[in-house]
Amino acid sequence: MTKITYREAVRAGLREALQSDPRVLLMGEDIGRYGGTYACSKGLLEEFGPERIRDTPLSENTFVGAGIGAALGGMKPIVEVMTVNFSLLALDQIVNNAATIRHMSGGQFNIPLVVRMATGAGRQVAAQHSHSFEGWYAHIPGIKVLTPATVTDAKGMLLSALKEPDPVFIFEHAYLYPMEGELDEQAFPVDISKAAVRRPGRDVSIITFGGSLWKALEAADRLATEGIDAEVIDLRVLRPLDAATILTSVRKTHRAVVVDEAWRTGSFAAEISAQIMEGAFYDLDGPVARVCSAEVPIPYPKHLEDAALPQPDTIVRAVRELLAR
Amino acid sequence: MLRIRRFEEKSAELYSLGKIRGFLHLYIGEEAVAAGALPAFTAEDAVVATYREHGHALVRGTPMGPLMAELYGKANGCARGRGGSMHFFDASRRFYGGLAIVGGGLPIAVGLALAQKLSTPSPSLDEGERQGRVTACFFGDGAVAEGEFHESLNLAALWKLPVLFLCENNFYAMGTALARHQSQTDIAFKAHAYAVPSAVVDGMDVLAVGEATRQAVNSVRQGSGPYLLEYRTYRFRAHSMYDAELYRTKEEVAKWKQRDPITTFETRLRELGWLTDADLQEMEDTIAAEIEDAVAFAEAGPWEPVEDLEKDVYTRT
Ligand SMILES: Cc1ncc(C[n+]2csc(CCOP(=O)(O)OP(=O)(O)O)c2C)c(N)n1
Repeated sequence: MTKITYREAVRAGLREALQSDPRVLLMGEDIGRYGGTYACSKGLLEEFGPERIRDTPLSENTFVGAGIGAALGGMKPIVEVMTVNFSLLALDQIVNNAATIRHMSGGQFNIPLVVRMATGAGRQVAAQHSHSFEGWYAHIPGIKVLTPATVTDAKGMLLSALKEPDPVFIFEHAYLYPMEGELDEQAFPVDISKAAVRRPGRDVSIITFGGSLWKALEAADRLATEGIDAEVIDLRVLRPLDAATILTSVRKTHRAVVVDEAWRTGSFAAEISAQIMEGAFYDLDGPVARVCSAEVPIPYPKHLEDAALPQPDTIVRAVRELLAR
Repeated sequence: MLRIRRFEEKSAELYSLGKIRGFLHLYIGEEAVAAGALPAFTAEDAVVATYREHGHALVRGTPMGPLMAELYGKANGCARGRGGSMHFFDASRRFYGGLAIVGGGLPIAVGLALAQKLSTPSPSLDEGERQGRVTACFFGDGAVAEGEFHESLNLAALWKLPVLFLCENNFYAMGTALARHQSQTDIAFKAHAYAVPSAVVDGMDVLAVGEATRQAVNSVRQGSGPYLLEYRTYRFRAHSMYDAELYRTKEEVAKWKQRDPITTFETRLRELGWLTDADLQEMEDTIAAEIEDAVAFAEAGPWEPVEDLEKDVYTRT
């Protein structure tokens, strides 16, 4: 086990990918000379050269589409979109092409494309740089959606994604990049089909993913001091969803709180809640609770941003309320 | 050209009979573009087309049977019937659609060209071996208004990619005339803004299309970067089977029909003494038989089993 930052873990994954397969290439805005907005690709241009580390113009739809074309042409492109908000400019290529071409061509073409992007709030960068759209992407059949929350997953999911024959979207919570953690190389290759139980418990299942995992774990520690034993589930993969792990947990604890940094209305948390209702309704001791972001564009001032997001406090409160029933 | 024309006339007929459903965009009038341009490309090159792609698929060499079956939605269609008229695909001929989002094919062509460039053998090889593979990307004048057109030309020129942007300018984006959707109606001229060489071609003249495309392909193969050709052409039929054609006059259509690429070429060949009535009749008979077989193939084709509905959403299921 070595201690490294999430950012270093992503970089280590990118390096290994570039070293191990000459078909791998990186594309994105400022990934080369600048070193990546979050410094994930720092040094890679010097090491691998401009043919493989390609700075692109600010043309999200076209460079994601070019990633699709390059994948169709036999390459293994890893495309970085600076921030999830900007990926909306590439929705046409993602939804209409990456996700459909395999099916629409009767299985003739597959697209081994990996797209990485930063998601989430918490850095006071206001509404146009703070949203969480991974739940939207998880709505779309034909693509896979990963949300690494640990350094092991940050590196391991990237490497596993590259082995997939289909488009994989990796959402890295921007708040996590400076976070340090233990890199567990024993876990490699990481499984990208399963959720993980990050903290076993008996009394309630806290189901979450991405940046909210650490808030959920903090909430669980605090609940433990009150004698409440919370199980924390990290979904890891939003599509295809590992519903079995969720249902197994809920059947054991009989209570569920879903934590999702997206807005509550139409959120991925709503999907999880529905799946629990469909699959474990009679095991529940109370309604599924949701802790999501307030229904506002994420504001700039710290106190308002904090108030808009799920926090350990709000998670603790939701669990207490559920147990009081 | 004749083959495309007769195939599509038959398609229109089958549409009226209810055998073919959905959107059906006919290429009639524009045949000289596909027929003239595609022979300039080799089997190693990639082709990206739009929803008006019947002609492109036929010239590229996909047999008529699977194309007709695709129009029927049958499992023996070129995309298992899942695409229909707008989504022909053929991996064995490097035919990447059949794409129906206007402008959406351009970035994909840029990516295919990038892959081709990166996998092209090194300059140490001799001339013949060094010839790179290229990507042909067809689109209409309507696509020129999309951001993807501008982004793609810029990126392709910036990275010197072997892609040919082939604009089929039929002067209408559905019902909107070129001058009503473009401030600058000279499409070839726009390419200069991105340092992409370009040329305007008479899209009603199959020989002119062939000559211009061969030249452009040769230049792109040498590694000089992208090229844009603007083929000026015209569709004789409505935009799709649902179109009442309220936006243009019968006189305008009649005027363009005088330049029908098939009859004008026929006249030329007759004048040269290279075509006789008997030759033409033989061609018509061959094509008629081919179409008859294709219809029989489509009629006999099975429907994809509903159990396979969710097949091929992902490669591994
Ligand atoms: C992004 C997008 N917007 C609108 C449409 C609807 N639409 C289908 S064809 C068409 C006109 C396109 O015209 P053009 O590119 O000139 O091609 P043509 O039909 O003339 O071959 C439109 C607006 C679409 N398919 N995609």
